This record gives sequence, structure tokens and C-alpha cells, in this order.
Amino acid sequence: MLDVPNATTTETAFDLRKEAEAAGITTTLQQLEQELIGLKPVKNRVRQIASLLLVERMRQRAGLAAAPPTLHMSFTGNPGTGKTTVALRMAKILHGLGFVRRGQVISVTRDDLVGQYIGHTAPKTKEILKKAMGGVLFIDEAYYLHRPDNERDYGQEAIEILLQVMENQREDLVVILAGYGERMTSFFASNPGFRSRIAHHIEFPDYSEAELLFIAELMLEERGYRLSAAARDALEKYIALRRTQPFFSNARSIRNAVDRIRLRQADRLVSDLDRMLDIADLETIDAADVLASRVFSGGAAADARSAKP
Amino acid sequence: MKLTQGCFSFLPDLTDDQIYSQVQYCLANGWAVNIEFTDDPHPRNTYWEMWGLPMFDLQDAAGVMMELAECRRVYGDRYIRISGFDSSHGWESVRISFLVNRPPQEAEFELVRQEAAGRSIRYTTVRKATQHAVP
Repeated sequence: MLDVPNATTTETAFDLRKEAEAAGITTTLQQLEQELIGLKPVKNRVRQIASLLLVERMRQRAGLAAAPPTLHMSFTGNPGTGKTTVALRMAKILHGLGFVRRGQVISVTRDDLVGQYIGHTAPKTKEILKKAMGGVLFIDEAYYLHRPDNERDYGQEAIEILLQVMENQREDLVVILAGYGERMTSFFASNPGFRSRIAHHIEFPDYSEAELLFIAELMLEERGYRLSAAARDALEKYIALRRTQPFFSNARSIRNAVDRIRLRQADRLVSDLDRMLDIADLETIDAADVLASRVFSGGAAADARSAKP
Repeated sequence: MKLTQGCFSFLPDLTDDQIYSQVQYCLANGWAVNIEFTDDPHPRNTYWEMWGLPMFDLQDAAGVMMELAECRRVYGDRYIRISGFDSSHGWESVRISFLVNRPPQEAEFELVRQEAAGRSIRYTTVRKATQHAVP
């Protein structure tokens, strides 16, 4: 045997700021703050995870015990609160921080994991797991994996394989489950193994009106539109009204509203063919485009009521 | 007798970390990684049985290592090799192949000479019958 000198010289003092910059944590967190509106609990948790990484690195160099953290997460929240968006971004963040090796996201639902006949499920689930190794496996609407009404459902088999890999290969992949709050709660209640193997249960809160308005403006800006002052007021009223109406799904409803506003703006412009348009006309949203929405006349429910004889 | 077939076979057996690195190299090159096993490691036996399907769409070698662990659990008493197939135009062949598992008691081969017409001699590699031969 060769006499190899001990390569792991232990350090005793660390410059925290320098460490954070070297790990790219400051830029990652800044980016997160800028690109995601609201979502305080999510940002807090990401910050904690990033801090853990930093401390863990320093502990390793100081010769203290270091164990890879469990990073499996569950995202619960109402429709349109940004669960999928954050999950896709999470892979990038974790990769940037060095928690996952490759940083790809494999986004699946029940159909991709559960087979159609006996012996079909295990290979299918394993295939997906192998693809997700080194990255993030995102299971949307995870509660569909478990069908309480059918005890011979193949979903249970997929769950068992998932649990096994989540436990044994924690450093190889991160599993993120997502779904609506109540249904996830009952899913975890019937699969206690899942609950205990997930370290981070993150609740996505509903957006406030101010945040929704900000999101709407951001969406319009991305699509190259500008709101006139009157339109902005109208949109504020629109959001306040829409929130109280049924089937409101946060940012998703706002996205749909933005798309319909664009339709109405285009329609308004085209309705008068005998005039010259300039760029300002093309990019400005008027109050009329917003106010024409049926939300102001009582919403979809009112429409349905008046349509009945 | 230590069987020497494929890459790295004159080196000490690869550790799992080394296998991981080799597989990652294959995946990074876009090769399809296969796990094959056999109880008949004769040099002329090219038809080893496949463990599962070729793995060509993985990002990380951890998936292959998971399958390898499973294959070792079931066929730990046989030879297992990993090969990387390059499907790109002009290659279309196996680019790397190395043993990753040996049975506790390795196969023994001997050289058999056969006198043929006109004092010529034919050589054949024949597997010796040992206790742990083909089950």
C-alpha cells in the first residue's frame, strides 16, 4: 500500500459572504424573488434549503459529520397558485445549488406510472424513475395514484416502488408531489409512508388582489401590451369581482382573463376599418376592453341563469 | 482463472464508483447502455441474455446502477457485463463492453488440440467441467 497523505485538511474559519457567492446562492435567491410574485412560504423554504447547503458544505470541510438532506417535497394549494411553475423552477434551483446532479424535470401523472394489467406497473414506474435519476420527478395530482375504492388498483404497486426509491436513493433524485390541498391530505392519510418520507410540505397560499393585479400586468408586459390608467382601475375592479365568483383559480383565471382582454382589444381595433392605427393603439389596452367582461354582469353563473327559459 | 473479456479486464475488478463513471461516460456520449448476463462466458458466445431493455434515454448513471444492483441480486452467480451501443451513423456498433460481475467460482477453459489431415493441428477452447458449471 502507498502511504497517501491525508488530503482532507480541516478548516476552522469561513468567510460566509464569500462562501454564499461561490455557491451561487445569492443570485439564485434574487432571481427567485424577482420572478415569482407572492408565495412567501415557498421562498422561505427555498432560502432555508439553500442555507442548509451552505452550512453543510462548510461542515464537510471542517470535518464535521455531513449527511445528504431529504429534499422530497409536497406542494399543496388551490388551483392556479403556481405549484407546477415552482416545481419546474425548483429543479433549476436545486441543480444550481448542487443538490441534484443533472437538473432535468420529469413531469408525470398517474398514467405514466401505473400500468394497465398485472406486471405492467413495476417496469413502467421503474422506467420513469430511471429517467428522473439525477433530477426531479414531478408527480402532478399525486392523489390519483391511490384509489381508495379499489383495493386491487395497480396504483398501490407504483406507490410502493416510489417509496422504496425515495428512501434508498435520496441523493439520486428528488420527488415532488403536487395537488389540491384537501385531496392531498386524504392521500397522505391513507399512505402514511409518503407523509413521513417527505421533508418539505409546502402550502401555496392564494394570491392577494394586489398580487393578482401585479401578475396580470406582468403577463401583459410579457405579451407586449400596456394598460391605460383607466384600464388599470377597471382591471383592479375586475379582479376584486372575479375572486368572489365560482371557479376562481388564481393566476390561471388571470391568464385566461388576459387572453380574453387581448381578444376584445383586437376586436375593438378591427371593428373600425376606416382609420389609421399607430403603435400606441396596437399596444394599449383600454378600460372598455376590460369592462366588456361578463364578470361585471354577474359572471358565468348569471349567464347560465338568463339562458334558461 | 480470471476471465479476461472486454475493456478493463486485465485491471482489478471495477468498483461501483468506477462503473458509475464509465456508465455516465456512455450516457454523456448518447450511447444506449445494456446490462447482459450469462452462465456461458465462452469467448465465442456473443449471445448473452439481456437484463431489461437498453437504456438510452437516461440522464444519470444512477438508473443503470439501480438495474445492475437488481440484476446482481437475481443473477449474482453469473457473469454480468455492461455494454454501450453507439447508434450514430457510421458506428452502429458496441463501443464499450466490460464485466461488472463474476461468479464466486469462475469458469475454467482449456485448449484442446486435434490432429487433422496432413499433420495440421486444430485448436479449440473448451470449458472444463467444474462443480459450478452450467446448472
